[in-house]
Amino acid sequence: MKKALSIILVLTIAATLFVGCGAETAGANEIGIGINYELSGEVASYGQVSVYGIELAIEEINAAGGINGKLIKPFKYDNKSDKSQATTLAKKLMTQHKVVAVLGPATSGAFKATIPEAIKNKVVVVSGSATDDAVTVDENGVKEYAFRICFTDSYQGTAMADFASNNMKATKAVVLLDNGSDYAKGLAANFTKKFEANGGQVAATEAFVAGDTDFNAILTKIKNQEFDVIFLAGYYAEAGLIIKQARSQGINTPILGPDGFGAPELVELAGADAVNDVYYTSHFSELDQDPSVAAFVEKYKAKYGEVPNQFAALGYDLMMFVADGIKRAGTTDTVKIKEALEATTNYNGVTGSFSIDENHNPVKAVVIVEMQNGQAVSSQRVEQ
Amino acid sequence: MEQLFQQAINGISLGSIYALIALGYTMVYGIIKLINFAHSDVYMLGAYIGYVCMTKLKLGFLPSLLISMALCTLIGVLIEKIAYKPLRNATRIAVLITAIGVSLFLEYTTMAIAGANVRTYPPLTGFMNMSFEIGSVSITMMQIIIVSVTIVLMVLLQFIVKKTRIGKAMRAVSLDSDAAELMGINVNTTISFTFALGSALAGAAGIMVGNYYNSINPLMGMLPGLKAFVAAVFGGIGIIPGAMIGGYFIGIVEVLVSGYGNSMYRDGVVFAILILVLIIKPTGLLGKNTREKV
Repeated sequence: MKKALSIILVLTIAATLFVGCGAETAGANEIGIGINYELSGEVASYGQVSVYGIELAIEEINAAGGINGKLIKPFKYDNKSDKSQATTLAKKLMTQHKVVAVLGPATSGAFKATIPEAIKNKVVVVSGSATDDAVTVDENGVKEYAFRICFTDSYQGTAMADFASNNMKATKAVVLLDNGSDYAKGLAANFTKKFEANGGQVAATEAFVAGDTDFNAILTKIKNQEFDVIFLAGYYAEAGLIIKQARSQGINTPILGPDGFGAPELVELAGADAVNDVYYTSHFSELDQDPSVAAFVEKYKAKYGEVPNQFAALGYDLMMFVADGIKRAGTTDTVKIKEALEATTNYNGVTGSFSIDENHNPVKAVVIVEMQNGQAVSSQRVEQ
Repeated sequence: MEQLFQQAINGISLGSIYALIALGYTMVYGIIKLINFAHSDVYMLGAYIGYVCMTKLKLGFLPSLLISMALCTLIGVLIEKIAYKPLRNATRIAVLITAIGVSLFLEYTTMAIAGANVRTYPPLTGFMNMSFEIGSVSITMMQIIIVSVTIVLMVLLQFIVKKTRIGKAMRAVSLDSDAAELMGINVNTTISFTFALGSALAGAAGIMVGNYYNSINPLMGMLPGLKAFVAAVFGGIGIIPGAMIGGYFIGIVEVLVSGYGNSMYRDGVVFAILILVLIIKPTGLLGKNTREKV
């Protein structure tokens, strides 16, 4: 009796082991797409909203009969805003779920961490919002299986410097940067370079690190200097607090920032009264006059009950762009899909029309959004 | 000059927070020789309780402050009863490790319940949103509230410790707990009371930080907790006025380093101070050398 019991026990354990080995893969009439996003953690608000956009796109594609007759089967995971988690998930999606492409992560650092897996498994990883210059290309050349559909940091910094010099007629600027992030350092370097090339002068550069909450000391330090604009290279969590503290100290100069400002938390952290004369580069604005934008905003509002922000729009474009590539490839062969994505020209998305260049970057316009009283009041496109 | 004045105001507001947290560290150390690492998480819980009161229950600042302090008192006493009391006669390292465990437990339980995201306090309204300009120096109402609440609480604490029966018991237990017990002092009650006092102060610091910076998260206690600990060591750990002085000193140093030096060295300087104190005067600014009897 005892023996029989132990045999049953061993068999059960063996059975569970086998089940554990075979993760779910897409069916014969499905195309597996991996979603590897920051659904919790410090940049969760980027990831969550990007996934909203992606899911809206999948719904739309599947409702229209899928890609080449096959429905999209998403596999969604939360990388907790952690680089090593992002790598693990990319590997799991590629080797166990056998997806044909992985979308995300949203931030450059985490996205970069997944690229070695992409190259090893010959499966493309595509990010909607990894803006670091070195994401798709470095000194060893272009990274074959990494793509993005957003403009780069250097372009954001350069565009903001031009905006400051040409549109705001600024001659003196103060640069505040998050010294712990590649993103902010790249932005600040490019802004400084271009602003000085335009004949401007950077009066001071002050640094902080992510997680700080008290910026009064550095703000008091710059308060007595003369400057026309502040360029604030950082994410919304610190930017919101800096805007609040700067305005309460009576620093009322315009504040320019990167796409990291594009989250509703910025206004919550700063308080709507403080968010005046704030300009940030964006990939998308719901104030855009393009008809495809209006249609997208309508659909998004119907599904989620809120106006889409840039991450939602990038997520939506990202899924549509990858679907377009798979459709043109006419197969689920991952190498063919990569080649199809490389050949993308004049793809029309809600974040603008773009082609993929030899470095796997899109060539597209940048949108600059103006905020007054916590509201986005206008947007303008600056062509590259 | 005006800039120095402004920086001093920034430093004093920040220092008040450190001082409030440091008091909890120092009182507990004084009485049971334990560095209560979970203390900075009571501060974090204070901020979250305040958040719930102000956003979900729509209470004003003062009632939220009192609720937050009351609940933190309860949490502090519970931590002591559940985690530390069973280890009263264990080695000091065992209790220290338990303290780290409690700290992680509180941080990640909060993260599991409230999420890892940064949460924002509601915008300040009415008189709390005012700010005053004297020349080019600006002071916000919240800074005034932080400093005055801190001072009121410190005066109250001094009164409790110096003038009341339980305060006398606290001092006796911290001097020699065995002798105090022989004199008929209930040591367990006294220790619980110490945790209660320290936790109430941490709760007050938490809700004020939430209102001041408008941003809270489950790991917000880590760095301020460490700095408050440095403040307590600087002033002489176990000595209440030392923690107050230490808190203000660390706050002002931090602001001056950012304001006149390089803001990147701010945290480095604070911990360099800790090392220097430990080398030059390990008992801290107000500490006396006591001979260890073998």
